[in-house]
Amino acid sequence: MSGQSVYKPQSPFMQWLERRLPIASLVHSSMIAYPTPRNLNYWWTFGGILTFMLGVQIVTGIVLAMHYTPHVDYAFNSVESIMRDVNYGWLLRYLHANGASFFFVAVYIHMARGMYYGSYKEPREVLWILGVILFLLMVATGFMGYVLPWGQMSFWAATVITNLFSALPWVGDPIVTWLWGGYAVGNPTLNRFYSLHYLLPFVIAGVVVLHIWALHMVGQNNPTGVEPKTDKDTVAFTPYATAKDAFFIGLFCIFYAWFVFYIPNYLGHSDNYIVANPGQTPTHIVPEWYYLPFYAILRAIPNKLLGVIALGGSIVILAFLPWLDTSRVRSANYRPMFRQFLFIFFAVVIGLGYLGSQPPEGGYVIAARILTAYYFIFFIVILPLLGLLEKTKRLPNSISESVLRHGTPAGAAAPPPSGAKA
Amino acid sequence: MTTISAAEPSRRDFLLVATASVAAVGAAATLVPLIAQMNPDASTIAAGAPVDVDLAPIAEGQIVKVFWRSQPIFIFHRSKKDIALAQQVDWQSLRDPAPDSARVKSGHEQWLVLIGICTHLGCIPLAHQGNYDGWFCPCHGSQYDSSGRIRQGPAPLNLPLPPYQFVSDTTIRIGETGKA
Amino acid sequence: MRVRRSNFLAVTFAAVLACTATRAALAQEQEALPPQQHWSFAGPFGQYDKAQLQRGFKVYREVCATCHSLKLIAFRNLADPGGPGFTEAQAAAIAAEYKVTDGPNDQGEMFQRAGRLADYFPPPFANDQAARAALGGGLPPDMSVLAKARGIERGFPWFIFDAFTQYQEDGPDYIHGILVGYTDPPPGFTLPPGGQYNKYFPGHAIAMPKPLNDGQVEYTDGTPTTVDQYGRDVAAFLMWAAEPTLDARKRLGFQVFAFLIVLTGLLYFTKKRVWHDVLHRSEPLESRPPA
Repeated sequence: MSGQSVYKPQSPFMQWLERRLPIASLVHSSMIAYPTPRNLNYWWTFGGILTFMLGVQIVTGIVLAMHYTPHVDYAFNSVESIMRDVNYGWLLRYLHANGASFFFVAVYIHMARGMYYGSYKEPREVLWILGVILFLLMVATGFMGYVLPWGQMSFWAATVITNLFSALPWVGDPIVTWLWGGYAVGNPTLNRFYSLHYLLPFVIAGVVVLHIWALHMVGQNNPTGVEPKTDKDTVAFTPYATAKDAFFIGLFCIFYAWFVFYIPNYLGHSDNYIVANPGQTPTHIVPEWYYLPFYAILRAIPNKLLGVIALGGSIVILAFLPWLDTSRVRSANYRPMFRQFLFIFFAVVIGLGYLGSQPPEGGYVIAARILTAYYFIFFIVILPLLGLLEKTKRLPNSISESVLRHGTPAGAAAPPPSGAKA
Repeated sequence: MTTISAAEPSRRDFLLVATASVAAVGAAATLVPLIAQMNPDASTIAAGAPVDVDLAPIAEGQIVKVFWRSQPIFIFHRSKKDIALAQQVDWQSLRDPAPDSARVKSGHEQWLVLIGICTHLGCIPLAHQGNYDGWFCPCHGSQYDSSGRIRQGPAPLNLPLPPYQFVSDTTIRIGETGKA
Repeated sequence: MRVRRSNFLAVTFAAVLACTATRAALAQEQEALPPQQHWSFAGPFGQYDKAQLQRGFKVYREVCATCHSLKLIAFRNLADPGGPGFTEAQAAAIAAEYKVTDGPNDQGEMFQRAGRLADYFPPPFANDQAARAALGGGLPPDMSVLAKARGIERGFPWFIFDAFTQYQEDGPDYIHGILVGYTDPPPGFTLPPGGQYNKYFPGHAIAMPKPLNDGQVEYTDGTPTTVDQYGRDVAAFLMWAAEPTLDARKRLGFQVFAFLIVLTGLLYFTKKRVWHDVLHRSEPLESRPPA
């Protein structure tokens, strides 16, 4: 974009390097001088938080891998050895386990921001789809990671989820045997999950690079949904966005530390401190909290194959969001009806999460069916219709106009009279 | 355009310096557990505790191998002839000069306790072999005598002594140096 | 974003739905929850009470160890900081009182020898099958992580509050509850064969016979020798067995918290300083040609 400063290497060494590997100018143009809308609120810091959490998970994961043994006879005890004998092992383990939860907290907020402000709309469809792919990779990584401690929940979650593939006609059972490497979840399964759990975070890192590349091609969305028009609408990424990201990462770390140091097992399930017993199923098999809404959708459908399709569909449908939502207006700030339906959608997802933690009996089942119905109706019926029927509010002409309009900052001149509010 | 008053740069600088230094302290503190976790863990240290060895079953002339801290320890019950040979060597002309008396506990000259790792590149020498009534290392040909001293071959130093002490005449504790 | 009444209703809708369903489910059977005890290690500044851990260890040794193993605890752990506070010499003496299996010796046989600091508590039975055979089918669980392997489902909205009150002691509460919960079955309740009625055990029929009676274990520090006290002491000991680094964790947590609050505060003011010029322009904005 014009107006953006260009990196000029000063020292002879940097000039030498820049000619051979222009990494300094790449960092400069994408992270320092990069023009960022000036009106981004704190919901936009979660991309940075996610990158931070990916780093935390990879670093803690690599050091944990130095002490973990991926064999069914040793896995549980090796984790306990990490907790008891390895220097700071308890800290690394709790950072990694709670880190997974906070990784998902951040990604759900990040996705909610995208849905609210229409960040998935043209020209950001590929950016959004890359995000859905990242989410699927996270789901797979988290699932396999949870199997590794080889507790009761680890084993039975692995059994239940791998068994889902048997719902596929004809190829289902061979696929399940292929996944297991045996006749049931066992040592081959554990070993391959360990290998893939180590691999996928680096695949995630690679797709994150694509995600940020796609972002930089089209630029950030902003709370008005109106694209930047002049350089008055933007500020340099560093120090403006960097400062906000750093502050919110600090705040996020405080919540993270609360869990790691004071309630480290709160988000887990006590049954996972029982060694895996293939001969005894726990009374209630529940996944970790971040999978609960999808678990509820799976159990709400009485048919096995359709339940699996609903489970997969509930995530895959997100990829079609740019085309399901027909509205030309991006931000929910200017779409009052969409806003209400979206908040109901968020409440429905939270409700499904609660229902996923409860036994599938009685009133819970009925509630789960109602909420699942809303989940899919929201995407397939409500969003397409809203774009056609909704009366949106008038958009501001530009970002800087909306910044001026929302109250006069101290020391600034009064905004131009009524012309801007038309 | 905002005008920057003279007082502002020092306030801005202090804040930025304070933030940067606190962040740097945090980054350094974060490294501590990441590096410390690679040090031997508590169970490894506990397994490396001193170990008692009963000398009674070791016959004269016999060399026994035990393990302490995952290292092989040679225990040689030397005969009078082995002791005499070891003491008669002109030790000052050796590559790593050491009298035999410095390599055994006084009053227990018949017991030679060594770490059985060749000081060249770490192989385990073979007992009762070589030209010096001691050990021969098959990897590169180092030869040690009946006091475990390097006599021939590429190894630079004598076979080292582990810390040990006699807790009784027939028991040694490897891993602890006492007065004996 | 201003919170609209309709949006508020939408969020409340899901919450009310969940609440009603919970109440309906719970009304079917009133499960008595084990009463919450006061634990010295609860809360952000909680720490183990060494005297309590030693009493609990005594109860474990004299009563529970007959059937329950503690395979992940080594004798050296008794001397670890943040634990019962035995000296290394005392821990070594305790270790020497036990016989552990070692070998094979030069004859190819396994043999028994006195325990050392590095050894782990030897289990009372060679394997699960031996335990079941000796105890009429029941399998006493290993107790190394038992205090974390048991929990209490408190339901909505308690699980929200628990995140703020830092309630992580549901394991010890449960263990204490089981130990004091042996009562006569209520009229009409049929006990399955071999089962004992216990108020707090899920399903109320536990295979373990009542392990503790008043005065069974002698305390040398004057603490009352009641089943209730034994229950609390052994539950605290088992919590230490499951989570021996609790003291260090909470201590480091306080330091990390203090640090993060200072750092985040500094980052906040840095952000404010950085954005000051952009947010508080002293001239009206004008369109400038690109630089």
